[in-house]
Amino acid sequence: MKKEVKLSFWDRLYLPAIIVGMGITIKHFFKTLFTRPSNRYTVEFPERKKDLPEWYRGLHRLNTREDGSIKCVACYCCATACPADAIFIEAEDIDDLDEGYPREKRPKQFIIDLHRCIFCGYCEEACPEDAIILTNEYEITQLSREEGLITMEELVKTPKKKMD
Amino acid sequence: MMAKLLTPEVFMIVKVVAVFIIVLTMVAIGTWVERRGAAFIQDRVGPNRVALFGKFRIMGLTQPVADGIKFFFKEDVIPDNVDRILFVIAPIIAFIPATMTFAAIPFGRPFDVNGVNYFLSILPPATNIGVLYILAIGSMGVYGIIIGSWASNNKWSILGGMRASAQVISYELAMTMAVVGVVLSTGSLQLDEVISAQTGLWNVVPQFLGALVFFVAMFAETNRLPFDLAEGESEIIGYHTEYGSMKFSMFALAEYANMITAAALFVTLYLGGWHFPWLDQWIWGSILAFLMKLIFILWIFVWVRWTLPRFRYDQLMRLGWKVMIPLSLVNMVVVAIFLAYRG
Repeated sequence: MKKEVKLSFWDRLYLPAIIVGMGITIKHFFKTLFTRPSNRYTVEFPERKKDLPEWYRGLHRLNTREDGSIKCVACYCCATACPADAIFIEAEDIDDLDEGYPREKRPKQFIIDLHRCIFCGYCEEACPEDAIILTNEYEITQLSREEGLITMEELVKTPKKKMD
Repeated sequence: MMAKLLTPEVFMIVKVVAVFIIVLTMVAIGTWVERRGAAFIQDRVGPNRVALFGKFRIMGLTQPVADGIKFFFKEDVIPDNVDRILFVIAPIIAFIPATMTFAAIPFGRPFDVNGVNYFLSILPPATNIGVLYILAIGSMGVYGIIIGSWASNNKWSILGGMRASAQVISYELAMTMAVVGVVLSTGSLQLDEVISAQTGLWNVVPQFLGALVFFVAMFAETNRLPFDLAEGESEIIGYHTEYGSMKFSMFALAEYANMITAAALFVTLYLGGWHFPWLDQWIWGSILAFLMKLIFILWIFVWVRWTLPRFRYDQLMRLGWKVMIPLSLVNMVVVAIFLAYRG
């Protein structure tokens, strides 16, 4: 193999370069040693949590109106937009038409399959009523498959984003 | 009361137990220092989660205990096509010479009580074969690696074992010839003579070249990182490919025990043993001085490991035969000429 770099005598001794390298590593060692754990690059998770940007797409939430009823009008926009087919909606009619909130339908069942969801946020974009949003909640774990299918009652309880 | 109990026999038992416990403790702490040191050098945090009684983290110092418990409770798999006897004894063979070598190393100032001389090393420091004993036993550690790799009946293991044996042969020569310089200038093979000859001026100053060769060869002998071709986990998995649970752990322990012994040898031969200005007038001070030097050399092992990448195999051989051996010869000749003209 043709060598393109011609090493000088000093380089070929290796030792000066090794000593410089060891200087660099020990500098990093002491830098990390004297940095407070909260200022290090590593975020030690259960005790400290990363500040997430507001566009972070985590667990879903179904927004409610001031009177506590769900904003969703069961229009199926989100279920249609969903590329992963993760949203299941069953609609039902509302009999008492209110002048303030003109709506005719509401979801009887609203189930999101978290095993299918890819957290793309298309449902949020498709929603005409601002009913479904993705929050900053990212600690989503279940102990069984069934718990991964989250229902309307649970979706309402998802905490809102911090900035709200 | 204490003075009555202090007989040479009792003192010997105390010494053996203490040395064994201290070496094994240093092995355990060594793994922790290695991992935390590596982490800090790479701007990480390292193992800090294991807590004593689930509460006291003490910077992850209990990690080695957790590792040990894990290794003990792992399934001990012996593959079908291995040589069972050799496969089982290889880790033991790797571990024993490392601890045996430490027996010859004086780690403190000898003292007299009631006219009886007590020495702080397991073998009497006036043993005539001191340096020879260390060189003979110390290089036996590689047998464990070679036997283990051969008994594993695995291509990767054999590659690792072959590399280890070739590497040890190449660097053992340079190492021994560097030691010849020390033996020449001391005029004795006894380790206490070697140490007392260094009062005032440590060998590392007049024989800098020899110390350098010895230091580099030490890394090769213990299969540490610039020369860890026997393991080479990213290319061949290494001589312990087929090993698991406590047997695998034994190889790791042997590596650290070898490191401690090699560092102790370097301290004895080149850094004046337990000598230290002002500190070595007391027995405890001399032990402390020895430990301080030992720990510093051990830290350099870790430090170098996370600074230098692994050598290529031909580079390793070229360095061994074309650089290290000539350098050690030069060192030997210079020392010999100097001694001849000084008279």
